[in-house]
Amino acid sequence: MGKKSEAIEREEVVIRFSGDSGDGMQLTGTLFSDTAALFGNDLSTFPDYPAEIRAPQGTVGGVSGFQVHLGHSEINTPGDFSDVLVAMNPAALKANAKWIKPGGTIIYDEGNFTEKNIEKAGYKKNPISEENLENHNVIAAPISSMVKEALKDYGLDPKSVLRTKNMFALGMVYWLFDRKLKYTEDYFEKKFRNKPGMAEANKVALRAGYYYAETIEALTPTYKILPAEIAKGTYRNINGNTATAWGFMAAAEKAGLELFIGSYPITPATGILEELAARKDLGVKSFQAEDEIAGICTSLGASFAGNLAVTSTSGPGLSLKSEAIGLAVMAELPIVIVNVQRAGPSTGLPTKTEQADLMQALYGRNGECPVVVIASSTPSDCFHFAFEAARIALEHMTPVLLLSDSYLANGTEPWRIPEMKDLPKINPPFADRTEIPFLPYKRDNDKLARSWAVPGIPGLEHRIGGLEKTDKGTVSYVPENHEYMVRLRAEKVERVANEIPGLEVYGAKSGDILVVGWGGSYGYLLTAVRELQDEGHKVSLANFNFINPLPKNVKNVFSQFKKIVVCELNMGQFADYLRIKHQEFSYEQLNKIQGLPFTINDIKEKCIKILEDNQNG
Amino acid sequence: MAETQVYKYTPKDFKSDQEVRWCPGCGDHAVLSSVQKALVELGIPKERFAFISGIGCSSRFPYYMNTYGFHSIHGRAAAIASGVKTANPELSVWQITGDGDALAIGGNHFIHAIRRNIDINIILFNNEIYGLTKGQYSPTSTKGLVTKTSPFGTVEEPFSVGELVIGAKGKFFARTIDTNIALSTQIYIEAAKHKGTSVIEVLQNCVIFNDGIHDTIAEKEVRDDRTLILKHGQPMTFGKNNEKGLILEGCRRLKAVNLGEDGITEKNILVHDAFEPNPGIQYMLANMKYPEYPVALGVIRSVDGPTYDISVQEQIEGIKKTAKIKCMDDLLKSGSTWSVG
Repeated sequence: MGKKSEAIEREEVVIRFSGDSGDGMQLTGTLFSDTAALFGNDLSTFPDYPAEIRAPQGTVGGVSGFQVHLGHSEINTPGDFSDVLVAMNPAALKANAKWIKPGGTIIYDEGNFTEKNIEKAGYKKNPISEENLENHNVIAAPISSMVKEALKDYGLDPKSVLRTKNMFALGMVYWLFDRKLKYTEDYFEKKFRNKPGMAEANKVALRAGYYYAETIEALTPTYKILPAEIAKGTYRNINGNTATAWGFMAAAEKAGLELFIGSYPITPATGILEELAARKDLGVKSFQAEDEIAGICTSLGASFAGNLAVTSTSGPGLSLKSEAIGLAVMAELPIVIVNVQRAGPSTGLPTKTEQADLMQALYGRNGECPVVVIASSTPSDCFHFAFEAARIALEHMTPVLLLSDSYLANGTEPWRIPEMKDLPKINPPFADRTEIPFLPYKRDNDKLARSWAVPGIPGLEHRIGGLEKTDKGTVSYVPENHEYMVRLRAEKVERVANEIPGLEVYGAKSGDILVVGWGGSYGYLLTAVRELQDEGHKVSLANFNFINPLPKNVKNVFSQFKKIVVCELNMGQFADYLRIKHQEFSYEQLNKIQGLPFTINDIKEKCIKILEDNQNG
Repeated sequence: MAETQVYKYTPKDFKSDQEVRWCPGCGDHAVLSSVQKALVELGIPKERFAFISGIGCSSRFPYYMNTYGFHSIHGRAAAIASGVKTANPELSVWQITGDGDALAIGGNHFIHAIRRNIDINIILFNNEIYGLTKGQYSPTSTKGLVTKTSPFGTVEEPFSVGELVIGAKGKFFARTIDTNIALSTQIYIEAAKHKGTSVIEVLQNCVIFNDGIHDTIAEKEVRDDRTLILKHGQPMTFGKNNEKGLILEGCRRLKAVNLGEDGITEKNILVHDAFEPNPGIQYMLANMKYPEYPVALGVIRSVDGPTYDISVQEQIEGIKKTAKIKCMDDLLKSGSTWSVG
């Protein structure tokens, strides 16, 4: 489709599609990233959308964005600053101007930069000059008028015509990156199988954009991102919520159990419930409960009845589930509670990311109430950690709290598909049918897990509940028994440490700084640490997935570094936790509480400052 | 009923080894005994019973049953029981709850379990008081009741359990009195056989904090005149010699009448239809209060309808039949994938 005047080969590039929340930016970004993935690039994406479904049109608050970071080399974050910004209106420019790289390309819809819209976005007259972007590669594309022209003979109403603007913009970006249109065209044929007119209109707009970009040639230089060198295998794009849901299904299959999810819709966790509700073909029982409490309680009932039971939520919902988690601790039933963290407290910033529910996960219940706490760290490893959370819950007869976050939930990356035969079998401690009378709180000496007797088995009838029991299962108010049982339940959780992997260090095993993180900040920390290492600094990274219990080698790892800096998207909860668990070290902190992930610069600057202070001190 | 011969239980088989710790004279003892009698008649193997309770005096119930049991947290038994039944529809699931547990803290789960028509049997012990916390008013306490938290009398209207059940699209509602073991046993049997959520309100006496609250209708000398035991297909008569009955006045309201007076014969007396889907008359029956009316006991409403647990199962089975994805490996490889190397 035409020649390229000049193509610049790049290791990586960041593109941000941005527009009104009704402009279809999420779809545009998804189609672009799927195309890039099929081409063989490594990538990472992040959607960024307002909490309101349709915030006031044309306002900065209503801007919806989708960022794609693709590369020839390994990509671990959706990127900080964009090389290409597509701005469908002035508000989109306003929201993103400070995140454009110097010299980057800005494509905007000239037709939407009306006086009224410019004013609505908070500009006076000329957004480009007011943002000092004149030195950038600015393309004012008459997108609105071009789609009207291209589709004038298709008999569509004006609204439907304007709805294809995003595809015109996508067509331009495809040309810029020399990508094929086929995947997107196929997508429309499938999506509008029953509305061939709409399929055709979108394809026409897409091609119109592509040809327009080619014709104006203002878009030079075009970028060339070669396929990444990634491990052999079959890949797919996956986001954190889907990966989490699939991890549970894989665990159910490996345990030979039915999967039950009791849950209540809440942003940004809803995707897990939706994905599992769609998987009736694999026998998943999904129960959309009347509230968060019923979400976990139905799951707990299903666990009592012998299913692999999970419940999904986000921070405010976790608050509501606290009492039932306590019951699960007391009844020693297996259940996984996924908390897809969002910025709090209260309703907070429901569509933005944060890591501020750590203390709640660890301690947010009445009484001495320990649970296993695990955190996923990339969109695709949500699969692995959901599987592990389920395995530990089932084999140790304990609730497991799995922490994800908004950034992981919605972010996507290519994922090498595992084969089920390579995953371990899960062996819950089912009660021996001949062990009559069955003692519900009798436990094995190794894991301290009690046996699981599922209703329906003759002779194993028993009662459990929230009242303190003796290990024979009778209700007991004996003071010494309570202390004994509290310590026993704590010890059971501690013993999970016997089988979790040790903390890994990325980089040299000793040095000046150990960057410590947990969960979803991993990609940013890794990228920053790599860059620091490339610049010759003795900086390494340790990112925690297992929070409670902590891996056994923490002390050995930490003791090899002069400074430890704990980086997290909260006011220092993990740092405080480490201060409790490993008092022998002192911890520096890097914290950010803006509803946004770290930038690479945030992390590098902090490390460099510590290194300088070290030299001076 | 062929199965009844297979499982020859006696009520004793359903007693656990735990010492029953309710107050002497508490109505709960009688409920426990009635339930144990009823289970014997159901032809269901013992291991298939699961008793789920919340918090309150009555919620200790599962500990005294030699079945699977789960004593949970305040108000949540309906949700837990819903999970148990959905996970395994083969089980006979019983929820034991009280007026505070089901209608105050657990009100939301109560109405939604009923709306879904999930096949569980809910025995609601209604003593119109909080007993375990030692005497505070409940959502069913009569307006004006003086308690520790209403020293000047309550100013709120109570719930009527039957009204709430029917309003929540309930398909089975029955009422009994704790001390009437024969009637209670019969009702539990019918509730168990009914497919869908069955709610049984037990007018239960709290001997310590609300003693005699149901005496006006439950005392031996007066109960025949002040209660009406409904039987499907039978005329709604009551009184020692069935000399009283109910008629429909002007198609709008029920009226208690004496047979033989004003030319009223048995022909004029309403015949109970528990199976009528339109709840109009059942609603009026459920709401009858002494002294204007006798209080209705027995199965007031029993209507068939699809149950949640079976619908979930059937939907899964239906989808599985034609599904292309049969296992996780199929799912992992489905949709857009690409190969490297």
